[in-house]
Amino acid sequence: MLREAQPLTTGPPGGRGPGLRQVIGPCLLSGAVLAAVSAVAFGSGRYSVPLDHVVQILASRIVPFGPGLPAAEENVVLLVRLPRVLLALLVGGALAIGGAALQAVFRNPLVSPEVIGVSSGASFGGALALLLGLGPVALVGGSFGFGLLALGIVFLITSGRGGAHILMVVLGGIVTASFFSALVALVTYLADPFTTLPAIVFWLLGSVSTATWAKVLVALIPIAAGGVVLLALRWRINVLSLGDDDATALGLRPRPLRWAVLAAVALMVAGAVAVSGVISWVGLVIPHLARMWVGPDHRVLLPVSFLLGGAYLIAIDTIARTATAGEIPLGVLTALIGAPVFFVLLRRNRERIWDGA
Amino acid sequence: MLELRGAGFGYSPQNWVFKDLSFSVPPGTVTAVLGPNGSGKTTLVRCAAGMLAVQEGAVRRSETAGYVPQARGSTFGYPALDMVVMGRARHIGVFRSPGSRDRAAALRAMDRVGIAALAGRLFPTLSGGEQQLVLIARAIAGGSRLLVLDEPSTGLDLKNQVRVLQLLRELVRTGMSLLVSTHHPDHALFLADSVVLMGAAGVVTGPAGPLLADAQLSALYGVRVSTLNYDDEGTPRRTVVTPFGADEG
Repeated sequence: MLREAQPLTTGPPGGRGPGLRQVIGPCLLSGAVLAAVSAVAFGSGRYSVPLDHVVQILASRIVPFGPGLPAAEENVVLLVRLPRVLLALLVGGALAIGGAALQAVFRNPLVSPEVIGVSSGASFGGALALLLGLGPVALVGGSFGFGLLALGIVFLITSGRGGAHILMVVLGGIVTASFFSALVALVTYLADPFTTLPAIVFWLLGSVSTATWAKVLVALIPIAAGGVVLLALRWRINVLSLGDDDATALGLRPRPLRWAVLAAVALMVAGAVAVSGVISWVGLVIPHLARMWVGPDHRVLLPVSFLLGGAYLIAIDTIARTATAGEIPLGVLTALIGAPVFFVLLRRNRERIWDGA
Repeated sequence: MLELRGAGFGYSPQNWVFKDLSFSVPPGTVTAVLGPNGSGKTTLVRCAAGMLAVQEGAVRRSETAGYVPQARGSTFGYPALDMVVMGRARHIGVFRSPGSRDRAAALRAMDRVGIAALAGRLFPTLSGGEQQLVLIARAIAGGSRLLVLDEPSTGLDLKNQVRVLQLLRELVRTGMSLLVSTHHPDHALFLADSVVLMGAAGVVTGPAGPLLADAQLSALYGVRVSTLNYDDEGTPRRTVVTPFGADEG
């Protein structure tokens, strides 16, 4: 009787091999992309450093070797460009992995970290700190605190009856985002147009130009904490991406799981906004790109998104500081580049994007 | 083994979908849930599977039920094997990923359902019938001997309907117990040992033979239903027809 139940269409037999090899290949490849982009970023700029010198300077931090290099080259690479590259890596990676996770739990291709309101909350916190002239610690703390507050508000909106619905979370995010956007507008209206207003506006445009080792540390803690949670939940996120019904049928409790993912993303995004302002589009474009390459399995997609997001932002930042004599704000470039790239991707892969085929 | 005792569920107070409902599904048997659209079939099977909590009475399950939802495609294009492996979720720790034993269980389940060759295909590219079989394999891979299926034959063409029904029959022969909701009384006639009829006047439960008769089915659906006997390669079976009435003129 089972003989009759042969598949109507045959496919490749056996399917995919065990997870590990599938994860390592794409990760190594995107890691190589990241390394290549970083090498270029270390070398280029107003003071250019040859590639072999870059390698030697970085390697001799661990094992000193080779002839001594000009102190200026060492200072440029280690004190100026290394923190900047690391910060771009952390911020770009956080936004991309966060976007990938959010798209999974909301099962929606248009979701990005901005949607759950955390970016708006964090930008208000930072703008408020700048308005009050409270200094860098308050800037970071304010972004962070209000980013998490925004998530708390979304949580409150959806915690009542019927709030379990995904649509309620998205609507709650939109409501929260527009509320905090209004507060940001109020802050810019109140700001002194000759001193604090430019500072607020440039911070909101997004940049990693003020990178320091302290900022790298500030970003690293929440981004590493959130990233570890997301990577630990990578397979659970696969199950969650089937929808609440299927996840429940498979024995999971989707609500607490989803909130764990949302809280981890909020932590990462708040950390990113705190050190770099609002950088849009990375969380939307990179996960799509990565999904087209490695498919929707989050065991591969999440680490690859992080590495590619980091590489992307390092590349964009290098363009931002070398293309003109001044600095083009990062948020402007990511949008200028991200939007058309996304448009082309959508046009060329209308059906395939979502299937990961 | 599945047992409902005095179970009741309503989406709002005083508006019960079903109330004081008792029946059981012993091992190696099939209970079919029949009723017109909106009668609460899906609500009942979801309560039975533990996806919804009953407000009155009790639902007892000897083990966690494997629930098979209606196939509706999926947002992400996971390979069929990955979909089936997800059936192992309840056996895999929160921070862990499936291992080779989970993959082996999934491949066994796909083999049992007869879709081993689909393992590498992407779920959204499969036909409706194949998707349904993948979802059944996913429930089997979870290791449960109790399956609850929500309209497994709805939306399938005739060939795939036969394929799914024969598969379910085969599963019951190996001792599994099934609760199946369906729009097709003839599928219940083929499969079911007992039936739950969810009509406007209330819910009736009992053995399939006497309840799947002309009068009961006509009352249930509010339209004339006749059962006919036929010979299926030597096996006597019954099916249903809905007489349309004589042609005019």
